[in-house]
Order: sequence, then C-alpha cells, then structure tokens
Amino acid sequence: MTGRRLAGGGGPVIPNFGKPSSCLKHNGWFCTDWLHAHWGDILQPALVQHVLLTLLAVGIGFGIAFLLALLGFRFRLLNAPLGAFTDVLYMLPSIALFEILLPITGITWTTILIPLVAYTLFVLYRNTVAGLRAVPGEVLESARGMGLTRRQTFLRVELPLAVPSIMAGLRIATVSTISIATIAAFLVADGLGKPIFDALEQPDIFKTELLAGGVLVVLLALVADALLSLLQRALTPWTRVR
Amino acid sequence: MPTEAAELVFDEATKVYPGRAGAAVDRLSLAVPAGEICVLVGPSGGGKTTALKLVNRLIPLTSGDIRIDGTSILRHDLTELRRSIGYVIQQVGLFPHMTVEGNIGTVPRLLGWPKRRTRERVGELLELVGLDPEQDRRRFPAELSGGQRQRVGLARALAANPALMLMDEPFGAIDPIVRTRLQDEFLRLQQELRKTVVFVTHDVDEAIKVGDRIAILREGGRLAQYDTPQRILEQPVDDFVADFVGRDRALKALALRTLGELRLAPVGNVDGLPRLGAEASLRDALALLVAERCDVLLVVGADGEPLGVVRREDLLA
Repeated sequence: MTGRRLAGGGGPVIPNFGKPSSCLKHNGWFCTDWLHAHWGDILQPALVQHVLLTLLAVGIGFGIAFLLALLGFRFRLLNAPLGAFTDVLYMLPSIALFEILLPITGITWTTILIPLVAYTLFVLYRNTVAGLRAVPGEVLESARGMGLTRRQTFLRVELPLAVPSIMAGLRIATVSTISIATIAAFLVADGLGKPIFDALEQPDIFKTELLAGGVLVVLLALVADALLSLLQRALTPWTRVR
Repeated sequence: MPTEAAELVFDEATKVYPGRAGAAVDRLSLAVPAGEICVLVGPSGGGKTTALKLVNRLIPLTSGDIRIDGTSILRHDLTELRRSIGYVIQQVGLFPHMTVEGNIGTVPRLLGWPKRRTRERVGELLELVGLDPEQDRRRFPAELSGGQRQRVGLARALAANPALMLMDEPFGAIDPIVRTRLQDEFLRLQQELRKTVVFVTHDVDEAIKVGDRIAILREGGRLAQYDTPQRILEQPVDDFVADFVGRDRALKALALRTLGELRLAPVGNVDGLPRLGAEASLRDALALLVAERCDVLLVVGADGEPLGVVRREDLLA
C-alpha cells in the first residue's frame, strides 16, 4: 500500500523510548508515559494536519456548495439535478475514489481532499437551498413592496435568514469531515488517522496509540461543533429571543 | 412632520390573469382625493387586494392606468415608486432578523438617509404609533405581540413619509379588542398625518368606521358603488350593495353619528338616567337605552357635566 508507513513486527514499536513502563510492556489501555513522550512528535502534528485537512475540505466544499445553491435557488429547474449530483457524490466509496484519482493526482493532499470536499456538498447544498427557500412569503412580499431590488432582497433578507440553516449544514459537514478525514492516513502519512493506522498495524494492536488517535478525533469534533454553535449564536441573535 | 398627500386616480384599471376566464379587476375607475381614506371592500374574489397591488405594481396592469398626482405609475421607476408608497400587509412581514429599529429604518436606509436622521426618525415614529422609543427599538419582531408588530409595520410604512399608503387588511389578523384600539389609533394618526390611504378589508364595519369613502367591489372586480359610508348605508345603489352592507345597515348608519351632533333637550330631573359622553355614537346610545329599558338618557361633557337629554325617538329620527 503506497504511502502507508508499515511498522516492523514484534511488539509495540516505541521509537526512542529507553525504559518502557510496565503499562507499555503489557500494552495497557492508556499509558500516560507514552502520551507525554509522543505528544510532540506524533499526536500534535497529526492533530494540526487533521485540523488543516478539515478546514480545507469544509472551506472548499462550502464555496462550491454555495455557488451551486445560488444556481439551484435562482433557477428552480436546476435544483433537482444539482441535488441529485451531490447525492451521487455522497454515495461514492472513498477508497474506490482514491484508486481512481491516484494515477491523476498522485500521493498528495489533493487526492484526499477531492472525496472529502465531495462528501460535504450533499449537506451544505441542501441546507443552503432549504434555508434560502424557507423565507416566509409575507417577508418577501413586504420586501418587494418596500422597493428592495432582487439583489437587495437576497443580500439583506434571504441570505441572513438562511444563516441558521447554513450553519446547521456547516456543523454536520465539519463533524463528519473530521471523522472521515482519518482515512487520509490510508494514502498520506498525515492526520489523526496515522496514529490509528500505525497502532492497528502492530501485530498486537497498540491500544494507547489507537485510543489517543480516536479520542483526539472525537474531541476535535466536539470542539469544532461547539465553536460553530457559538458562531451561529453570534451571527443570529434574533433566533435566541422568545 | 410635513404632511403632504397625493391624489390617486384609477382610470379604467384592469387586470386579467392569463389563462383565467374573466377579469380580476374590471375597468375600475375612481378618484381618491388627497388626504382621504378610501376603503376597498367586497366579497372574496372581488379583486380588492389585486386592485391595491396594481398601485405599487406588485401586480402589473393589463390595461387602463393609475395616476398619482396626475403622473401614471407606469412612468415611475419601479423601485422608486415602491419606496415612495407606504405598504402595510395583514401578516405584517417584518424582517425577523432585524430589530424594530432596523425594520423601520429599511426604506430610509435604501434612500441613503444619514444614520442619525434615520435613528431620530425611528424614535419619532415609535412614539407616534405608541411604542417605547428607547426600549422597543432594540427588540426583535419575535419579542412583540401581534398588535405591537402591526404598529411597527405601520411605522415602517410611514418611515420615509410617503404621500400615499396602501394597507391590505392591516388589522385582519389581530384579536377584536386590539383591532378596535388599533383602528382608533390609526384614525387619530390620520387626523394628524392626512395621508392618502387605500385600505382593503372584507369587514363592512371596519370599512364604515375607517373610510372617508368606500368602494364596494363585486365578483369579477367590478365597482358596485363608490360613496361615503353614510350614503352607502342610506342609499345603496342595488340589492348587491344592500345585502353586502347587511340588514342592520340602519344601525350601522347610527354608528356614524355622535350624540354631540343631535339637538339635546334641556336638562330636567336627571336622577337615575343612564348617561353617556357626547362623543358616543347614536348606536351606542340606543344599545344603552335597550339595555337599561329606558326611553331617555343624559348626555354628559368631557368633565361629566350634563349637556342635555336625548329621547329614543330623537335617535331614530
């Protein structure tokens, strides 16, 4: 398997570790000494890469989904085909996609990002269109009656009112991307998938590393969701009143 | 506040929806003098809302013309036309994501008013419609009651001091007690502002109460009668109008006159007589007499001083 760093056989591989603790010798569930020793050289870089991958995937995905949503909202006939297109993308198995992309884009982040971005489109597109469409008819009528132009109605009324739905989509897309991005390590040695894969490849699964990687993925998802939730509250003060 | 108003003329205004048999509004011709309230009333399918929306071109005319102060609406730029006309609808349509201040300031912002002037104007309008200029301006529509929302809707329509107001069943979704209060406040405001108003309602009583003139539209958007409330009640042109205003039209006509307009008999022994203010309507006076099983009532002034007595026969004369 290209790009995957295979570990040597025979017990947990613990580089530069002179005196393994008894926890490590017995491959315990959670060896804090290993965490202390390898936060800096394994976990933290993986976490940073994971955050970057997620930001890029969700950022690019949101950009594309937003443009598609503008088309699907403005031209009603396009909505169904665009929705179906994002559905199909969502159904593609990521591993198959890697194999197809590999000869074209090689062992790069591009190959990882293409499927990650593709998966975000489904929820981001649907939530953006749904949010824009959900603006009540009487609100649009009063906007028109007061002499807002089509563009002003979109920018001042429809778009701000769609923010809660768009933000809900962003939260789902971000959390699921954080989870899916672990498969990046299948191809490149980056992200929180790497410690997980490394741990799994030991003849006797290295529990501490596996758990550390998994827990960090969950924590990252929780923190990202909380931050987006705070952002949503700040952007939509009107949704908090009675 | 400068009070200016525009004369509004419907000239054979017609709307035919493509693919539908018959017109929605059929050669409607009527003139609303500057500063008056014209109520469009009629059964559903009478085209009253359509007629209203023809004015700010939310619905385009099929034929005929509508003129504001002599200039055809078709010769105005569409967005400028709409910004110069106040528009109030039944569901209010406040922007949920904007505060009361943001909502009321919408048209002034579009017109590029300086921020300070818009802020001052918002305060002025809140006071005018009976809301707190300090507290309420920062609230969101979701925090307001139905009546308060409609007040904000009215303030928003008045923001840029339009010469013409279009009001589409503005009090239709509000409970009867608050509706009566809003109608009274609206009439009091109109005393002050003297706008030209086109007011749509399906409620004859509201039409009689609010309108300087009433246009009764029948199915197919044809004008049945255009007259003052008094004349509509006393001289309906045909059975349709008579039926529409109802069997109790004589009573409704009584509601239009106040005790103060009658010649009162001198005050004699007033002990035990029911009393009513001079501003009360003849209808209320009659209701009181029926309820009290009396023939005479005492009319009192603002400070409760007796002005004279009225007999039941005087009311019905």
